[in-house]
Amino acid sequence: MSDTQTSSAVQPRPGDPEITPALIKEHGITPAEYERVVEMLGRAPTFTEVGIVSALWSEHCSYKHSRPLLRTLPTEAPWVLQGPGENAGVIAVKDGIAVAFKVESHNHPSAVEPYQGAATGVGGILRDVFTMGARPIALLNSLRFGPLTSPRVRYLFSGVVKGIGDYGNCVGVPTVGGEVVFDPSYEGNPLVNAMCVGVLREEELMLAVAQGVGNPIIAVGARTGRDGIHGASFASEDLSAESESKRPRVQVGDPFTEKLLLEASLELIRSGHIVAIQDMGAAGLTSSSAEMAARGDVGVTIDTLKVPVREEGMTPYEILLSESQERMLVVAHRGREREVEAILARWDLEAVVIGEVIAEPVYRVTEGDRVVAEFPGTRLVTDCPTYVIDSVESPVLAAARARNPHDVPPLPEEINPMWTLERLLASPTIASKAWVWRQYDSMVRTSTLVGPGSDAAVMRLRGTDAGIALSIDGNGRYVALDPLVGGRIAVCEAARNVACAGARPRAITNNLNFGNPTRPEVYFQLKNAVAGMGDACRVMETPVTGGNVSLYNENPQGAIHPTPTVGMVGVLDTLEHVTPSAFQRAGDTIVLLGDNTDELGASEYLLHLHGLAIGAPPACDPVKERALVDALLHAISHGHVRSAHDCSDGGLAVALTECAMMRRDAQFGFEVDLTAWADLPLRALLFGEAQARVVVSTDQPDAVLASAAQFGVPAHIIGRVTAADAGVEFLVGDVSARLALTSLAHAFHNTIPDIMNAGAAHGDTASSSSIS
Amino acid sequence: MKVGIIRFPGSNCDEDAYHAVVDHLGAEAVFCWHKDHDLQGADLVILPGGFSYGDYLRPGAIARFSPIMQEVVAHAKRGAPVLAICNGFQIACEAGLLPGALLRNDHLKFVCDQVHLRVESIGTRFTSRYHVDQVITIPVAHGDGRYTADGDVLERLEGDGHVVFRYVDAAGHVTDAANPNGSLRNIAGICNSAGNVLGMMPHPERAVDTQLGSADGLPLLHSIADSLMSEALV
Repeated sequence: MSDTQTSSAVQPRPGDPEITPALIKEHGITPAEYERVVEMLGRAPTFTEVGIVSALWSEHCSYKHSRPLLRTLPTEAPWVLQGPGENAGVIAVKDGIAVAFKVESHNHPSAVEPYQGAATGVGGILRDVFTMGARPIALLNSLRFGPLTSPRVRYLFSGVVKGIGDYGNCVGVPTVGGEVVFDPSYEGNPLVNAMCVGVLREEELMLAVAQGVGNPIIAVGARTGRDGIHGASFASEDLSAESESKRPRVQVGDPFTEKLLLEASLELIRSGHIVAIQDMGAAGLTSSSAEMAARGDVGVTIDTLKVPVREEGMTPYEILLSESQERMLVVAHRGREREVEAILARWDLEAVVIGEVIAEPVYRVTEGDRVVAEFPGTRLVTDCPTYVIDSVESPVLAAARARNPHDVPPLPEEINPMWTLERLLASPTIASKAWVWRQYDSMVRTSTLVGPGSDAAVMRLRGTDAGIALSIDGNGRYVALDPLVGGRIAVCEAARNVACAGARPRAITNNLNFGNPTRPEVYFQLKNAVAGMGDACRVMETPVTGGNVSLYNENPQGAIHPTPTVGMVGVLDTLEHVTPSAFQRAGDTIVLLGDNTDELGASEYLLHLHGLAIGAPPACDPVKERALVDALLHAISHGHVRSAHDCSDGGLAVALTECAMMRRDAQFGFEVDLTAWADLPLRALLFGEAQARVVVSTDQPDAVLASAAQFGVPAHIIGRVTAADAGVEFLVGDVSARLALTSLAHAFHNTIPDIMNAGAAHGDTASSSSIS
Repeated sequence: MKVGIIRFPGSNCDEDAYHAVVDHLGAEAVFCWHKDHDLQGADLVILPGGFSYGDYLRPGAIARFSPIMQEVVAHAKRGAPVLAICNGFQIACEAGLLPGALLRNDHLKFVCDQVHLRVESIGTRFTSRYHVDQVITIPVAHGDGRYTADGDVLERLEGDGHVVFRYVDAAGHVTDAANPNGSLRNIAGICNSAGNVLGMMPHPERAVDTQLGSADGLPLLHSIADSLMSEALV
């Protein structure tokens, strides 16, 4: 490898297309950005360089519209070992054990090829975690689809679920939690966010920082093919009718190779033979090599002729931009190449030296002796412009928020609130997702103490008596109607969920799924949602340790609801008080922590029964939420809480009923008296989604009330758990409503299986309808 | 007792088996690499769950050709115990250690759940610590678990008491609803005619700790340990 060439040696390759304004535009580079490239290089770029810039300066890789906003988020706490900027964030847990975690989206690929799109999303987030030296121990996912009445939506839903399951199941990492929401705004643009958590000893932490002049750069794992070329740029534009034709930009996953790569990578990291390692993910070889060089502030040179390829005749442009899966880029200590090869060979994988770290401050790509691309210093990574857009709230959404939900006349049947309750339990967003998670291996690795279907998953960690609780949450409708409040709620709800399991919220990873940020109404949502998340994270002391931004989630029907999802990691210092969501014993007292209010806006009730996304979302005060979490954890840690379940979609009535029948094998009834709130409109009391509320069951109600009082949290004894055959009973002043549990349980447990089985009978396929 | 856990590329329940044996049974365990010919003196061989060779071609079809499988077959032919779980059961069928085959689940989806099993035979070296007709809770997690065999084989298995576990409801009744994959006669686990190879789709190594929902798999491991102990005494 020669490092004597200079930039003057860069020549267009024979056969390269001419650099024209049309070609620049096709690569998603603006005229101003092109000028910046020319200024940086002191000449016009080659075709290969245009490709490199288009990938690294894509929204997906560069965060150019979100970076100035993300900088406002809190990122530090004493327990944070690694914040944003690496492949995953890392926090300390206990006894020298740490966890690495991150969430990432695969929305665009999943919209055109749900199975592979979702599968490779899981593969990518697994690699982001094990590249830190952490062994993946848990996967979660947050999914959004249109209404299940559409055959195309059913095809996307079943394909995504199968893709997630097949990949995680094969690699042997349990999928332990998640959420699925159905809403018309995601009809043409589903969201697939995958989160992975891994465990490591603190001293095993590995960073992706290239160092050491003369150290070899080694391509590891699968060979490079022509799949997924320009995936990063594809993810950085709106979906359109042409998106279907970009299906070849979707990568193809092989979980078996991933499993081998996982084992080989962890062995490599523990071996001491390597300096740095990074997934060749979005923008493949280009981004992994340029980002590792930039973090270490070193020069690198890569020879594309040395990269192992799947097919003859691949150009440097294709090799650099391929997003073939299950590949890693490694910087090894010089002289240890044989040892690295031997470890990979044991797992039947290849390791080939393709470049080296050089003293000269350049990012250089050669094809044999020919220099095909060269950028000065680390400017390829650092010079990408950032944008701050004027923001204006959409008048349509502002008007929707201003509407009074009480102006919406109830349906005649709503005279019986139990009818409404049963309808809500049959909303696919609220109904049991067992149809989904039965397809995921949630138990492999024998560390899942609480699996899917609860507020948060709980994992034990070998090597310590501590555990972690995990949750992923977001409500796009709230954010659409009030981005600041919606951003706060996303964090607070996730915190509440892990606290219900008995864990102290410690840190978050977030995934910002938004529309086209160059539109002022979308930028307004992004800016305010990030501000709301920041507010809540500061009060909750849960810094953001990394995440992902997915913009341009638009199709010809419009933008999705702005949907930030929050992946929360909570810590349980001991496993003595792991707390379930469901009721445990008849006779226990039911205590409501928090207060009921007249807040029906933006509710699942309005959407599912009236087809409306209107009204102001419920208020969210992070200080009250923090007090609630503190009070709940105080009561749990003293052994006073038998179960705890957060009130969210569907409000108090749904939360109580879920506690009674979410488990098919252990069902209960309950009777509650809500007369204290008889002055509230009944439907707001039962189905409004007021925040900062948790339903607790206990045999020591006075102790729970005392914990609440200590932290200034309102708390009320509202009833008691009864046997299942007693059914559910609500008393509110003069109104008394009662229903057998069986019909409610049937609605909750059978809705999704019934829809999907009927759909399967009709042969849902990709061609049921296409993106239009 | 020394337990040899076979590690194929794509095995992913190998560590769970290790922890079950070492942490919960208190026995010694070693991993045996698929490219080797060495069982390291193991008394019991476990073929663990996972996706050996990515389930390419069909589950277990490639693993049976691994170098280590020659040793596993020889170990079984000597009458020494083999516990084949999930993908291990598929491999054991492919390798001819057990009759029949595991087909794609009847509903065509992967299924992960806690299921109830009825212990059909306590006369085996794997089940002596259970009692007759005991209903136990053990998880399943598989996409290809539908046990099938021709009529003669099924009759012979039943007649010889070699159907070891059957999927049942909580009350112990054999029902279609309790069958997670469409297995013929709700068969969840069988042993060979010599009684030293047990194949089962459910995962006893995941049911060794009430913290995880069930410890009903532990008596199975203890039964094997008992049988080895009594052999040693003879």
